[in-house]
Amino acid sequence: MSMKNIENNNETYRPLIVAFCCNWCSYAGADLAGNNRLAYPADVKIIRVPCSCRVNPTFILRAFQRGADGVIICGCHPGDCHYTSGNYYTRRRMSLMFSMLDYLGIERERTRVEWVSAAEGAKFAATMNDFCETVAKLGKNKRLEDLRCKQ
Amino acid sequence: MQRIGVFVCHCGTNIAGTVDVAAVSESLGKEQGVVFSTHYQYMCSQAGQDIIKNAIAEYKLTGIVVCSCSPRMHETTFRKTAAAAGINPYMVEIANIREQCSWVHKDTISGTEKAIILGKAAVAKVNLNAPLTPGETPVTKRALVIGGGIAGIQTALDIADAGFPVDIVEKKPTIGGKMAQLDKTFPTLDCAACILTPKMVDVAQNDKIRIFSYSEVTSVKGFVGNFDVTIKRKARYVKEDVCTGCGACTEKCPQKKVPNEFNLGMDNRRAIYIPFAQAVPKVATIDPDYCMMLKTGKCGVCSKVCTAGAIDYKAKDEYVEEKYGAIVVATGFNPISMDKFDEFAYSQSKDVITSLEFERLTNAAGPTQGKLLRPSDGEHPHTIVFVQCVGSRCDSCSEKGKEYCSKICCMYTAKHAMLTRDKYPDTDVYVFYIDVRTPGKNFDEFYRRAVEEYGVHYIKGMVGKVSPEGKKLMVQASDLIAGKQLHIEADLVVLAAAIEPDKSARPLATMLTASMDTNDFFTEAHPKLRPVESPTAGVFLSGACQGPKDIPETVSQAGAAAAKVIGLLCKDKLTGNPCVAHSDEMMCNGCSTCEKVCPYGAITYVDKEFRMPDRTTRVRRVAQVNEAVCQGCGCCTVACPSGAMDLKGFAGKQIMAEVDAICR
Ligand SMILES: Cc1cc2nc3c(=O)[nH]c(=O)nc-3n(C[C@H](O)[C@H](O)[C@H](O)COP(=O)(O)OP(=O)(O)OC[C@H]3O[C@@H](n4cnc5c(N)ncnc54)[C@H](O)[C@@H]3O)c2cc1C
Ligand code: SF4
Ligand code: SF4
Repeated sequence: MSMKNIENNNETYRPLIVAFCCNWCSYAGADLAGNNRLAYPADVKIIRVPCSCRVNPTFILRAFQRGADGVIICGCHPGDCHYTSGNYYTRRRMSLMFSMLDYLGIERERTRVEWVSAAEGAKFAATMNDFCETVAKLGKNKRLEDLRCKQ
Repeated sequence: MQRIGVFVCHCGTNIAGTVDVAAVSESLGKEQGVVFSTHYQYMCSQAGQDIIKNAIAEYKLTGIVVCSCSPRMHETTFRKTAAAAGINPYMVEIANIREQCSWVHKDTISGTEKAIILGKAAVAKVNLNAPLTPGETPVTKRALVIGGGIAGIQTALDIADAGFPVDIVEKKPTIGGKMAQLDKTFPTLDCAACILTPKMVDVAQNDKIRIFSYSEVTSVKGFVGNFDVTIKRKARYVKEDVCTGCGACTEKCPQKKVPNEFNLGMDNRRAIYIPFAQAVPKVATIDPDYCMMLKTGKCGVCSKVCTAGAIDYKAKDEYVEEKYGAIVVATGFNPISMDKFDEFAYSQSKDVITSLEFERLTNAAGPTQGKLLRPSDGEHPHTIVFVQCVGSRCDSCSEKGKEYCSKICCMYTAKHAMLTRDKYPDTDVYVFYIDVRTPGKNFDEFYRRAVEEYGVHYIKGMVGKVSPEGKKLMVQASDLIAGKQLHIEADLVVLAAAIEPDKSARPLATMLTASMDTNDFFTEAHPKLRPVESPTAGVFLSGACQGPKDIPETVSQAGAAAAKVIGLLCKDKLTGNPCVAHSDEMMCNGCSTCEKVCPYGAITYVDKEFRMPDRTTRVRRVAQVNEAVCQGCGCCTVACPSGAMDLKGFAGKQIMAEVDAICR
């Protein structure tokens, strides 16, 4: 509730970011950022998935439809996937998905795939800081937001 | 409708310092399905767990949300708590409000808001959770070891010692591997045969171990605990159970000019042969490429001289099918080919040899009975040049050699140089090196003895060219420390060839769905924490097939792999991960898309009968997931064009609900 109030106030606008993190690398990387107390904005909300390849493009559409301002998918580095090849599928699927979203008016800067290993707490925090800043500059996502989803 | 309990943890001040835990608990208490919500100082403590257990009993909870530290910390703890109180452990979800909230956000307002949102996402997910039970599969209590070098031998002996039957599949006619070809071994200089052959005999005599020599694995199906393996037993034209190994045939066979691979082609053997005196099994083998009887039907000498009647020219390749619970890969290594290194004149002069050939030249059972003689003219060499790193540590020339360090060459070259100086003090020995790498117990001391006690000339620099001139080999090299060019007239040049995995390893890896690195060494499940397991459950790694290794390291890895196998075979049943894929047969159209993306080959197709509305039946092909093989990556769920595949525990609807809760 209060989130919405803040959002309406342009000066303190904060973007809503959904981050899908694979269980083995990126989620652990996010935990490491926590262990090392490396701050990033609270705008980032993490959803844990077993592998980045579990992220169905429809999840991303849904997030934008419901008012997310940016979506980031984090997985293991190429070659390091816990399931050997999952992140390669992610890379291909998402490059298609993101160009389609671009066509629909969701700017390329609002979507991202990043490889973050379990040892890269600092990279995780830096990535999130950078992504939040980029999305914040773009402002609210109005193109795909479905007002029927809002009460 | 679920009855959900929410438990917010303070984690001392770790969470409560930034997050208003009371507000989180209160706010989540109003969420759909939540019938109880509380907060406590340390949820993972005994008292905290008791709060959960009591609430489960009192409020008849069906689902639990714990807002606490990362699920990577305590998910298992809270699942056990739930199970102890009688609800399915997979009805527990964790909202990570410590590592991913209180520790990274300093502001209480936004931290608390985020914690509430993460909690709401977890509640939304639990609302859609279903109890899951891990599948159980029985374990076949027999292990397969592929490769019969020292790695395979040690692994097999250790597994058999624990009481489990083991089969060794070795592609050569005898087990023993490279170690059987070595003379003395660093760093103690005990003779390889003296320490290896007793182990080979142990293998032969152990009634728990079967040896399939001269055999190869041709297909592997199944999964951890239940592998179905086909082994091809190549025809050796000698009945293994009848041959006494007397060797009469190998003396009488008229085909005398067959290059002897055991001595790396430096002498000849017959068309029927026993690789070496201590071979296990000690059985003759006919080489079909050279046997006149097999090629032209004329000869038959061996069958006449064999008093045991073991010869069988009509033998055929046989295929055996066996079941195993665990598979150990121990396929070892080979020195790389010297074809691309013609600057060292390997193909031009017989007196340029590899280090493994040097081992045979100094071995009492080798082609010269252990006397160090030049292969070209049988004369004693007075100047020997050893060249290290031939094909190892190649950066720029990587299409020519290997980028990695072969690890064993510095030590065996020091050994060769030392032994030469010891036996033939009149010989000048030069060693050219990039660096001398001798980490290992008593290794550096060993190398220093070669320099200080035995007077070996170690020269930092690379050899540029070796050119045969008359009876001599002209060696052009640079001495990097003195900063000058050297010209040495040598009688023998020994190349420390890089080592690479056996060529058969790549197809084997495909069969096993085990992964390999770019150099074709098998990759371990974790480079530090799981060094002897492959990422494929039930497949283990032993010896130089996983990376360059000397014997002490090989043996310790072999023992570790055996321990892992024993741990697996001790179990009567394996419990799997219940978060696996499953297909909705009504929606599946049998398109095979999911099968193609599954990295584990977990998906197969079955023909199923379906009742149609008009009461007729129709047979349709549908996808079926083998729950014991599926690792739960979820790749197939996204690939499926029909939306038939879903992942238990991470179902599409559950993740959607989390997205909704976050974006609400
Ligand atoms: C010149 C030289 C000198 C050395 N000196 C020393 C020393 O002094 N001290 C020391 O500690 N180490 C020494 N080493 C290293 C030592 O040889 C290795 O550490 C050891 O042999 C590794 O054992 P392994 O069983 O892993 O591999 P290997 O000895 O290569 O054995 C692998 C076995 O698997 C079989 N195989 C391969 N593929 C298949 C398949 N697909 N199916 C069935 N069977 C298969 C092979 O035929 C072989 O029998 C030396 C190495 C060299 C090259
Ligand atoms: S979830 Fe992954 S491992 Fe399981 S069947 Fe699907 S693709 Fe294969
Ligand atoms: S991808 Fe979907 S529809 Fe195709 S076979 Fe697999 S489960 Fe069936």
